[in-house]
Amino acid sequence: MNDFIIDAIQKGILETLQMTFFASLFSYLVGLPLGVLLYATSKGRLLENRVVNFIVGLIVNIMRSLPFLILLVLLIPFTRFVVGTSIGTKATIVPLTVGAIPIVARMVESSLCEVQPGIIEAAKSMGASPFYTILHFIIPEAVPSLLQGAAINIATVLGYSAMAGVIGGGGLGAIALQYGYYRYQKDVLWTTVALLVAMVMIIQEVGTILAKAKRKV
Amino acid sequence: MTKVYELKNVYKTYHNDGKEFEALKNVSLDVEEGEIFGIIGMSGAGKSTLVRTLNRLEDVTSGTVEFYGKDLAALSAGDLRHIRHSISMIFQSFNLVNQRTVLSNVEQPLRIAGVPRSKRRGIALEMLSIVGLEEKWNVFPARLSGGQKQRVAIARALAANPNVLLCDEATSALDPKITGEILDLLKKINKERNLTIVIITHEMSVVEKICDRVAIIDNGELAEIGEVREVFSNPKSNAAKKLVFPSNPFAPSSEDGRLIRIVFDGTKSSEPFIANLVEQTGKKVNILSANTRSVGGIGYGQMVLELPPDPEDQNTVINFFKGNGLTVSEVKIDE
Repeated sequence: MNDFIIDAIQKGILETLQMTFFASLFSYLVGLPLGVLLYATSKGRLLENRVVNFIVGLIVNIMRSLPFLILLVLLIPFTRFVVGTSIGTKATIVPLTVGAIPIVARMVESSLCEVQPGIIEAAKSMGASPFYTILHFIIPEAVPSLLQGAAINIATVLGYSAMAGVIGGGGLGAIALQYGYYRYQKDVLWTTVALLVAMVMIIQEVGTILAKAKRKV
Repeated sequence: MTKVYELKNVYKTYHNDGKEFEALKNVSLDVEEGEIFGIIGMSGAGKSTLVRTLNRLEDVTSGTVEFYGKDLAALSAGDLRHIRHSISMIFQSFNLVNQRTVLSNVEQPLRIAGVPRSKRRGIALEMLSIVGLEEKWNVFPARLSGGQKQRVAIARALAANPNVLLCDEATSALDPKITGEILDLLKKINKERNLTIVIITHEMSVVEKICDRVAIIDNGELAEIGEVREVFSNPKSNAAKKLVFPSNPFAPSSEDGRLIRIVFDGTKSSEPFIANLVEQTGKKVNILSANTRSVGGIGYGQMVLELPPDPEDQNTVINFFKGNGLTVSEVKIDE
């Protein structure tokens, strides 16, 4: 590997981290409230509402069943509208966010479902409103599980970010494709793969450690 | 006496998969201010549903639940939340928020009631000192034993200064020694704060130990209600008899043998009745079961006896016990 490629890989690492960070952040900004909504409106929950639950659930399911590569292509006009271009690191953050939102929403929903119904009953008996109960009883109680879910989500986003190389995104995935695949530079391919694996492992490990530190049970 | 609760003809019907299930049938009862009121029944009898109608965690299907004269069903969602500050509840599984410290758990009802932050901590610490856990204010519930968790739950329940404390099988997950300590604590709080307590339990010993009055729920219906001493010394309904005299007596020696139960309170326990019977009448009885229990500090004894086969002898024996002031009742073999 020459210096040029090493520079490119260093830049690629930064780009991948950038994409993963912002896409995860934005997907949680939307996905977390969506997950809470899915949880709270489902049958027997605090704000049971069949219509809302059905519609939100349907949208989430449709988005989740689209292969990410197809979503990338489908979203090109939208990406152009949002960031002004459809190639590069910034542009990749848009489809990554959109692709991660439904996964985040379902993950959050399942974390909240783990909270013991007795705690919700106790909150009700104290005169807590549904909104207060969610904010001060259910979410705090679910924090360790939410953290565990976040680690899985961030690792997924990182994996997806590598795919964005196909349509002109940046990051390690693009390098792997350009040098490793199109130019048959196996050493570059394996280096980027090793780096991606290492990054996923670090994220997963950090998530597990944080969740463990938070879990008081 | 001021009535805290007045229940009139309460029915509760659940609909499950098209099937109807009547959890409560025509339950009417009052709870008076300052008393410890027990509700006892076998599991599935409807007592947990009944206690949940008292803070409207369950809506009644028909009938009314009045709290200090206010029909709970008529309250708006906001008014109901407000009134729940005066009706606290503790649970079998404690239901503490595990990811919050003890102090934060106890502060929770104060936050909900809108008590300013500056006052919350002081009140919460005071509540913790009432239950004897002020030193544990900064630990998480996972580090506490079951008894300590229930103490924290009691501190949390007291924080909003309620009029009533509802206890839903609050001691059922605890061992007998810890149960005794929790009950002593409840009794102390009842006396010191004049707090009305409603206790749901399936354990006779809980009612014996601290309740003033008891209601027996059987199959969704109110089987019997009264002073604990009265119900224990002279249970009238079958459900009450099953709870008060739970032990199965030995089978009588002959199939058509006639059984009676005699009940005596502590004031008569110094007399040897059975020996006197034999000495004075010459008739013999067969003791099939016997036990004693203490209700509100007074010992009660009961025996199941098989009478001699001759009907005239049987009357002699029954009259002997009645003449000595004991409560005598017939026992059916399949009871």
